[in-house]
Amino acid sequence: MSLMDSVRLTPDHRMDRPRSLWLRLHIDPYLLVGLLLICGGGLCVLYSATGGNWDVVLRQMVRLAVGFGVLLVVAQFDPNFFQRWSLGLFLIGVGLLAAVPMLGTHAMGAQRWLTIPGLFRFQPAEIMKLALPIMLAWYLSRYGVPPKYRHLFVSVILLAIPVGLIVEQPDLGTALLIAASGIFVIFLAGLSWKLILALFSLAVAMLPVLWIYGMREYQRQRVLTLFNPESDPLGAGWNTIQSITAIGSGGLQGKGYMLGTQSQLDFLPESHTDFIVAVLGEELGFLGLLLLLAAYAWVLLRGMLVAVRGRDNFCRLLAGSLTLTFFIYVFVNIGMVCGILPVVGVPLPLVSYGGTSIVTLLAGFGVLMSISTHPR
Amino acid sequence: MLNTSLDNREQERRLFLTRMSAAAIGVCLMMLILITRLFYLQIIENEQHEARSENNRLEVLPIAPTRGLIYDRNGDLLARNQPSYTLSVVVERTQNIDALMQEVSELVDITDDQKERFYQRLSSYRRPFEPIPLKLNLNEREIAILAANRVFLEGVQVQAELIRHYPYGDAFAHVLGYVGRINEEELRSVDLGRYAGTRYIGKQGVEREYESSLLGSPGFQRVETNARGRILSVMERQSPEPGSNLHLYLDRRLQQKAVELLGDRRGAIVAIEPETGGILAMVSQPGFNPNLYVSGFPLDLYNTLRASEDKPFLNRAIRGQYPAASTIKPFIGLAGVDQNFVTWDYSIEDRGWFQLPTDDRIYRDWIRGGHGEVDMTTAIAQSCDVYFYELAYKMKLETIHDTLDQFGFGRVTTADVYNPEPGINPTRDWKKDRHGFAWYAGDTINLSIGQGYMLTTPMQLAVATAVMANKGHWVTPRLLRYSNDSQLLDDIPEPPEDVVLNDESNWDRMHNAMHEVVQSNRGTARGSGLGASYDWAGKSGTAQVIAIERDEDGNAVEDVPDRFQDHAWFNAFAPMENPKIAVAVLVENGGGGSGVAAPIVRQLFDFYLGLEPNT
Repeated sequence: MSLMDSVRLTPDHRMDRPRSLWLRLHIDPYLLVGLLLICGGGLCVLYSATGGNWDVVLRQMVRLAVGFGVLLVVAQFDPNFFQRWSLGLFLIGVGLLAAVPMLGTHAMGAQRWLTIPGLFRFQPAEIMKLALPIMLAWYLSRYGVPPKYRHLFVSVILLAIPVGLIVEQPDLGTALLIAASGIFVIFLAGLSWKLILALFSLAVAMLPVLWIYGMREYQRQRVLTLFNPESDPLGAGWNTIQSITAIGSGGLQGKGYMLGTQSQLDFLPESHTDFIVAVLGEELGFLGLLLLLAAYAWVLLRGMLVAVRGRDNFCRLLAGSLTLTFFIYVFVNIGMVCGILPVVGVPLPLVSYGGTSIVTLLAGFGVLMSISTHPR
Repeated sequence: MLNTSLDNREQERRLFLTRMSAAAIGVCLMMLILITRLFYLQIIENEQHEARSENNRLEVLPIAPTRGLIYDRNGDLLARNQPSYTLSVVVERTQNIDALMQEVSELVDITDDQKERFYQRLSSYRRPFEPIPLKLNLNEREIAILAANRVFLEGVQVQAELIRHYPYGDAFAHVLGYVGRINEEELRSVDLGRYAGTRYIGKQGVEREYESSLLGSPGFQRVETNARGRILSVMERQSPEPGSNLHLYLDRRLQQKAVELLGDRRGAIVAIEPETGGILAMVSQPGFNPNLYVSGFPLDLYNTLRASEDKPFLNRAIRGQYPAASTIKPFIGLAGVDQNFVTWDYSIEDRGWFQLPTDDRIYRDWIRGGHGEVDMTTAIAQSCDVYFYELAYKMKLETIHDTLDQFGFGRVTTADVYNPEPGINPTRDWKKDRHGFAWYAGDTINLSIGQGYMLTTPMQLAVATAVMANKGHWVTPRLLRYSNDSQLLDDIPEPPEDVVLNDESNWDRMHNAMHEVVQSNRGTARGSGLGASYDWAGKSGTAQVIAIERDEDGNAVEDVPDRFQDHAWFNAFAPMENPKIAVAVLVENGGGGSGVAAPIVRQLFDFYLGLEPNT
């Protein structure tokens, strides 16, 4: 009851207060502090994970700086701007995704990259991480919530097109995350519980079909090794065994910063990218991981609050989806590293080294800040 | 309208709030799952993972000991360790293993066999970054080629290790034996701790007999490694203890001479130093190259040798069992005289045949028409059969058996010869057990000339000859002279009891009778005795493989196929005063002992007694 009251009352309270400096700068200080904590801590872990390689840390810092720059710029736009551009952005994203098979660059057995000669190369899937939730939030808020069946149907189509294209690359991890961001929008828009239950049952029933027809051999292998990593201790199971060993051997307080034997002696693969949380767990222990989770929880709580306080359906749906997707990143990555989820290539958001994903993530937080700092 | 819109908005907001709350609950649950999992790994299972991580990091690497060396009595190295270079591949460092194999096989010869073994090891359980051997025993040229092309061959390594080498090859193959790769059966039976890091084990001969001394004890080092198996630091190290060196009684020169004298003939030569019981030479021909066992026998060659009628893998010196033939006459004769069945002066008229009073069977002498009047000395010198038929009839089986037993026939008396055969010194019970028949008087008659059921190995005959030379004094026959492991000499078993005669002068008289064999003008081996600068004593023997019809001179009436020719024996010692060497020579299907085997003995004695005094 009190929560409901406060939620209802807050906008009025805020209206009463003088517009703060933060509001004028369109920065949400709570979010910012949370993000900076995560990024700062992440850089420290990265320094250790690379065995004290400043070059890598510096490059990551540059990437983070660019990301925060983008965040600040995005935050300046009024949410209406995203609403207006939702369809355009979505179409561009789908277009680029469709172009990947024709123009893309191969790397590590998949075709995910588009290269703009002389400039940079990027994964069009990154655009979709924002474009899809914006598109769906716009579409569903336009026709009122809860959505009607035909709108649901259209939403599913809108969801399926980019996800299908990404699955084809193949990049199952990203596809699942993007699908999740869309599903969150639909869920938050008020998809009826009955339908959710029905869909969930259907999904469970479809699992064997997906297993046989939908997955590639290496993907199946990864799932299998999840249940029995020892079955292939030097192949697909190696990563999981080593990361579990790293985390488990950390204990309560860890082996000490830069003193993790698993990570420092290269037993832990991908220690500065996807498996970086194992470095943290080994060197700083359970307490270190709790701190990290607390920092993420802080950002999540703030994101949810921003969503709940959103000025309209579009803002609420978008902010909610972005926040929950961010959590899914965290959950999938840590779940994978500690051996309760199959190994999919999902980085630990804002901590893992590399890629355009940091910029995309921070751009997403830019959208959140825009929603948070543009009251009606 | 405004109201409904407001209401509507309020409703939407409530709906969203419900949904967000549901999501928040979901988030909390998932967070809880993560925290529970982390708690489980880090707090509850902590010790287990800590141990695992230590195992990852710290590795105990065995350091193989160097195998003990084997020397002859003059300090010549008979078995040594030499560096060998192995080509191996770290598969994790290669881009395309099949392409690499192609490249490598263009540079050095890789057989299909080697390829197959490589791929087999590739697919079995192993540590990542562990080098997999592809080709052993690279030669200088191959090492150079690989070194020159190293840049192009990512993941290819050339590793050095010590492997066994037998510089004299075939000549010592049977006596030294060889080492070979530890096989699965041996893996189950050996103490794996002692064999950590060692890939070879003694399979035959001295290498097998003294395996536990030659092996040594492995050392270890506790090292910190990274995931690639590269050693980062050595935390603790204990050096291996090298195996004990063995100094044998074998004389390399005598052994090689014996091999040379046998030449292409199948046979065996065993030479013993009577004073010490030391085995000076132990040859079995044909031999084989023991180094092939170390590097891996080419399969087709192995099969050829294995199937060969010449049986090169049979150690005839200790495992070949043959009728002793006339070579045992001195032993029986000695007992016959000493136990008063006959006297030295007792003589018979040999007309070429003998008949038991109990049956009609004729036992012929090897000379048709017989030797005429013979006493003990001439019966030995001319190898008269009939004289011994009669003696055996008087002595009976038991006396003969006990005499032969005292000289070591029918049992193993050697200390450290690997896996010898005991021969057969028959008894009545033995025949009953083995053949189901009673012992006949005729069997004793056959026994008196070393035919019938009695079998001996060349080693046993040499040992008995040494005891004869020693006038009944036994010294345990052995290969080992000394070792830096002094325990080994203490482990040499006590010899059998000395042969004690009622009248010790009988020794000299029997020695003289054996001297007559090579000395008197009717001695069977008089040809071999001519011109010797020393006195020596011996006895010839011609062991029948099948009954061959002979003419008056003992020559076969018809051509006899090679494999059915008689085995030629000669056993002897020299010099008669203070004997230095006792020998038994066997030439399989060689024909007459005095014609074929005696010249070998003479040359061997000339060679050995003419050598520089031993150090």
